[in-house]
Amino acid sequence: MSDLSSATLETMPLAKALNAGLRKAMTDDPTVLLMGEDIGPLGGVFRVTENLQSEFGPKRVMDTPLAESGIIGTAIGLAMAGFRPVCEIQFDGFIFPGFDQITTQLAKLTNRHEGQITMPVVVRVPYGGHIGAVEHHQESPEALFAHTAGLRLVSPSTPHDAYWMIQEAIASNDPVMFFEPKSRYWPKGQVDLSGNPTPLHSSRVVREGTEITLVGHGAMVSVLLQAAEIAAEEGTSIEVIDLRSLSPIDYAPIVASVQKTGRLVVASEAPGFVSVSSEIAATITEKCFYSLEAPVLRVTGFDTPFPPAKLETIFLPDADRILEAVDRALAY
Amino acid sequence: MSYTDATVQLLNEQGSLVESDASAEYLPFVQALSDDQLREFHRQMVVIRAFDNEATNLQRQGQLGLWVPSLGQEGAQVGSAFAARPQDHIFPAYREHAIARIRGVDPLDIIKLLRGTTHGGWNPKEAGNFHLYTLVIGSHTLHATGYAMGMQLNGTSGTGHPETDAAVITYFGDGATSQGDVSEAFVFAASYQAPVLFFLQNNHWAISVPVSTQSRTPLYLRSSGFGIPGIQIDGNDVLISYAATAANLADISSGKGPRLIEALTYRMGAHTSSDDPTKYRTDVEVEVWRKRDPIARFETYLRSLGEGDAFFADVAAEGADLASDIRVRTLALETPPVSKMFDHVYSDPHPTTAGQKQWLAEYEASFGADA
Repeated sequence: MSDLSSATLETMPLAKALNAGLRKAMTDDPTVLLMGEDIGPLGGVFRVTENLQSEFGPKRVMDTPLAESGIIGTAIGLAMAGFRPVCEIQFDGFIFPGFDQITTQLAKLTNRHEGQITMPVVVRVPYGGHIGAVEHHQESPEALFAHTAGLRLVSPSTPHDAYWMIQEAIASNDPVMFFEPKSRYWPKGQVDLSGNPTPLHSSRVVREGTEITLVGHGAMVSVLLQAAEIAAEEGTSIEVIDLRSLSPIDYAPIVASVQKTGRLVVASEAPGFVSVSSEIAATITEKCFYSLEAPVLRVTGFDTPFPPAKLETIFLPDADRILEAVDRALAY
Repeated sequence: MSYTDATVQLLNEQGSLVESDASAEYLPFVQALSDDQLREFHRQMVVIRAFDNEATNLQRQGQLGLWVPSLGQEGAQVGSAFAARPQDHIFPAYREHAIARIRGVDPLDIIKLLRGTTHGGWNPKEAGNFHLYTLVIGSHTLHATGYAMGMQLNGTSGTGHPETDAAVITYFGDGATSQGDVSEAFVFAASYQAPVLFFLQNNHWAISVPVSTQSRTPLYLRSSGFGIPGIQIDGNDVLISYAATAANLADISSGKGPRLIEALTYRMGAHTSSDDPTKYRTDVEVEVWRKRDPIARFETYLRSLGEGDAFFADVAAEGADLASDIRVRTLALETPPVSKMFDHVYSDPHPTTAGQKQWLAEYEASFGADA
C-alpha cells in the first residue's frame, strides 16, 4: 500500500472500482477494447462497464453477438492486430462455449508462435455464489483455467485490488483470466487511486495471527476474516492470506506464514476435487513438511453441481465450517 | 458430387476457356494476366505437387509422423493465393501448402510441424502475413474475423485507397462448416461487416465423412443466411479461383463487407497419411475427379497458347529439385533443445515454467558426462 499521507482515497463498491480501472486503462492506452454481451448501453448485467460506451464509443466498447466462442476467437484476432481486448463473460457458467478458444488457442498462441507474438487478452468472469441465482450463475470454475498452461488467473477480493488488478491484467502481455467475485461487487471499500499497485501475481497477508493460517481468494477472503474475528474472541490467533493470484501462485507469504503457525487451512467456494486448494495443500506439504504440526486441511464446495439457490448456504463454506477445520487442525 | 448450374468456371476440364454469362465478370481479371503470370500459376501448382509427393514419401519412410496431402487442390490454392495482395492477411487451416509457399513460407517449415520439431514453424510477419496452421477445425475463422475487425479499427481497410486497403482471407473445408466457430465467424463478420473472405475448399471429404453428411444445402448458400453473399466456383480451375478471389477481395477491402467463395475441388489423396480412402469412397468417384485435374487442364491451356515442351520440362525439374532439397534438409533437421518446452509459454516471466525449466536442467546435469 502507498504512503497514506499522499493517498487519494475514495470509497466505492468493487463493481465501481472495476469500472474506474477499466476507464483508466482505456484512457491511458487507445488499443484497449471492451467486448461482451450487454456491456454497451446497459453497462453489463452487473453494470461494471456502465457509461463506458458513451464515453469511448461503440468501436471501443463493443456489444457483441451472443456467442462466447465468437467473443474470445475474435478477441484473439484483434490481439494479433495490435489491440488489447478485455472480454466480459456474463456469468461463470456461460464461459464454456468459449472454453475451446481459451484453452486450445488463446493459451497456446504465444507458445505456438515461439514468442513472436503476444496475446494480451483479458477475460473477465463474474464467479461464485451467495447471490441466490439460478443454475449456471453461481459457479467457481477457476481450476479448469489454472490447470491450463499459458493462462494467468487472478481474483481480487477488495475494491482497491479490483481497481489496480484490472489495470495490471490489461497491461500483461499474456492472457489473463480475471475472476470477479460477484457477491463482492456491491460492498464498499476504500480505493487508493494514487497508490503504487501491488504486483499482480502476489498473495498478501490481510490479517496477522500466530496459531494457524487460512488461505483463500475472492469472496472467500471475507469469510476467512469473519472466522478469524470469531476465533479471536475465543482466544485463537488466526493469520489470513488473500491469494489474489491463482496462476501463478505466490507461495512465499504462505510458506512464511505456515513456518510461523505450523497449520494451514485452504478454503474455496469451488469443489475440492482436483482444485486450486488441493494444489496449495500438496505444495505446502512439500515446502513446509518440517514446520507442519497438522495436515493441511481443505474446506471447499462439495463435489456436486452447484445446488439450487435455497441450498447454497449449505454448499458454500461459511465461517462455522472454516472454524470446524481450524479446530481439527489445532487438535493435532 | 459434381459441378452444379451455379458453378462458375473459366477453364473447363478440357482446358478451354469458357465464355458464359456467369463467368463474364471474371474474364477481365484473367485477360489482364501476362504470359509470365500464367506460367507462374502453372509452375507453382507443379512444384507444390512435387513437394507434396515427396512429403508423402518421407512419411512412408518414417521420417514424418504424419503428412497432410494437398494433392488435387492446387488450382483452388494457387489461383486464390496469387489474387491476394501483399497487404492482405491469410488464416489457413492446415492443408494450404501452395498458399504458404507463394506467401513466402519455406516448405521445410511445414515439414517441421509434421516431423515434430515445432508447433508453429514460421513468423507470419516475415511470411507474407500467412498465419500459422490451425488444427482445431474452424477455430481460425474467428481469428481471421477478429483480425479483419482490427483492420477496420486500424484504418487499414475500407478507406477508399484500393492500392493499400487490406482484407483477410481464411481457408477452411467442408467439414469445418459444421463447426460452431465457423457459424460464429459468419455472425461476427456480418454484424461488423468485417473485411474477410471466407474461402471454402469443398474437397468433398472430412476424413471419411462425405459433404452430404455435413450439409443438406449447397455450402455456398449457407453464408447467405448470415447475410454474407456466396458464390460457387470450380476449384480445380486456377483461373476462376484467381479471378473470383481478386474480384471479391477488391469489394471486401473497399468496405462492402464479407464474402464467401466455395471452391469445388477434391482431395485426391488421403485426409492424412493415417487413413485409407479406399475404405470409404469408390474408384469411380476418384476417376471422375482425376479427369478434372487442375494441372493437366492448365497445361493443355498453356500449350494451346503456344507454350512448348521446354517450359514444362523446366517446371518439372524445378519440382524435382525442391523435392530433393526438402529431403536433404528434412533429414538434417535437429531435435529442438528441451528448453523449447518452457520458453514462450508466457511472454512475461512466469515462476512455474521458469522453476521447472531450471529443475530439468539440473536433473539432466546430474547425470554428468553420462547424459
